[in-house]
Amino acid sequence: MHTVRIPSPLRSYTLGAAAVRASGTTISELLADLEGQYPGMRFRMIDEQQRIRPHIRIFINQREVTALSEGLTASDEVHLICALSGG
Amino acid sequence: MSKSLWIGTRKGLFALRRDARRRAWTLAGPRFLGHIVHHVVQDPREPRRLAMAAKTGHLGPTVYTSNDRGRSWQEAPTPPAFRKVTADEKPRAVERVFWLTPGHSSEPGVWYAGTSPAGLFRSEDHGAHWAPVAGFNDHPMFSKWAAGLRTPDGELLHSIRVDPRDERHLYLAISMGGVFESTNGGADWTPLNEGVAADFLPDPNAAYGHDPHCLIQHPLQPDRLYQQNHCGSYRIDRPARRWLRIGAAMPKKIGDIGFPIVAHPHDPDTVWVLPMDGSTVWPRTAIDGKPAIYRSRNAGKSWQRLDQGLPRSQAWFTVLRQAMCADEAARLSLYFGTTQGEVWASSNEGDSWRCIARHLPEIYSLSYAS
Repeated sequence: MHTVRIPSPLRSYTLGAAAVRASGTTISELLADLEGQYPGMRFRMIDEQQRIRPHIRIFINQREVTALSEGLTASDEVHLICALSGG
Repeated sequence: MSKSLWIGTRKGLFALRRDARRRAWTLAGPRFLGHIVHHVVQDPREPRRLAMAAKTGHLGPTVYTSNDRGRSWQEAPTPPAFRKVTADEKPRAVERVFWLTPGHSSEPGVWYAGTSPAGLFRSEDHGAHWAPVAGFNDHPMFSKWAAGLRTPDGELLHSIRVDPRDERHLYLAISMGGVFESTNGGADWTPLNEGVAADFLPDPNAAYGHDPHCLIQHPLQPDRLYQQNHCGSYRIDRPARRWLRIGAAMPKKIGDIGFPIVAHPHDPDTVWVLPMDGSTVWPRTAIDGKPAIYRSRNAGKSWQRLDQGLPRSQAWFTVLRQAMCADEAARLSLYFGTTQGEVWASSNEGDSWRCIARHLPEIYSLSYAS
């Protein structure tokens, strides 16, 4: 199981939790587990062509994810980041 | 029975409510504060049901539905999304759900959605699960009809109209792309743009590529359509295929550019437009800072300026295509919402106006609910 840090725009899905636990050996598997626990959450981050949406970033520890196939090791922590500026 | 005006804004959902015994409107909300709410629509077949098109700045697009007149909302488990593309296709992903239309009275639970980039979607369970309408989204001409020419808010599919006589007869509009018609439930489509100016296109007689801002179909006379276009106001009476530029009868110094167009639900000859400045670099504001509604009682043969109660000068707002509506009363009321967060109302078919809400976020849509 991995700790997943949840940004405030997505906490309506996690009932306010800023961190949740999810399993998976890849980011794709971890997102599938999150979707199972919190239905609807994945599509707000990942589009129908399986691309990370423009204002979403995913980090494994300190490293930014560029592909959903990237692997996870047991101690990895995943950070979901919302990145947007403007009024 | 109270009536409501649902207000979709750039920063959330609001409602104005008025009890039948009182003149004052009460503002409710915000709900979904910070969400970008493009459209909120009541289902006339089951008035307790509503659907709302929304997203946030960070997150992908979705649809919320309510079955208790907006007291509670549920997110669609399957929001509108294009099919997965093959390796040699250009990827398409819904960036925003822009438009919602309830289906035909014979098809309870059916809704249509229009998106940016242009896409047509259908739900058969009151807006919970959505599927692409392949007859349009995968039409052999789709890449020509929806060529990716973007408005400032992206390429928009909007104004989905279902013929009240025939659930298989549909119209829709794309900014930019034009008006299209289907007579077989969306399985095939043909352009319907003859007579419509497109002064930004190299071919003045192009079959498609136009920029309809708002298309309406009269409920009592469904062969009558009105269109407010980037290049003027138009009417067509089917089965004619050529639009008539009714905006040609507007005063020349005002012109016939704008976004919304509203028809009287009980009188197919009465229609209102709200002209915007379409000169030079397209300010898209009230002309000369003096907002006015124009009403025609004769299907666009002549127009009357209506500005009593509206600001006399230095009012530079814009009214977007979904932000003007009418109720269903015998002597109906009209409403419009501005990009500056004001809601204006007229209880005498546009003769005079008063501001009933201000200081809201930028208003994207206004819809009446019984």
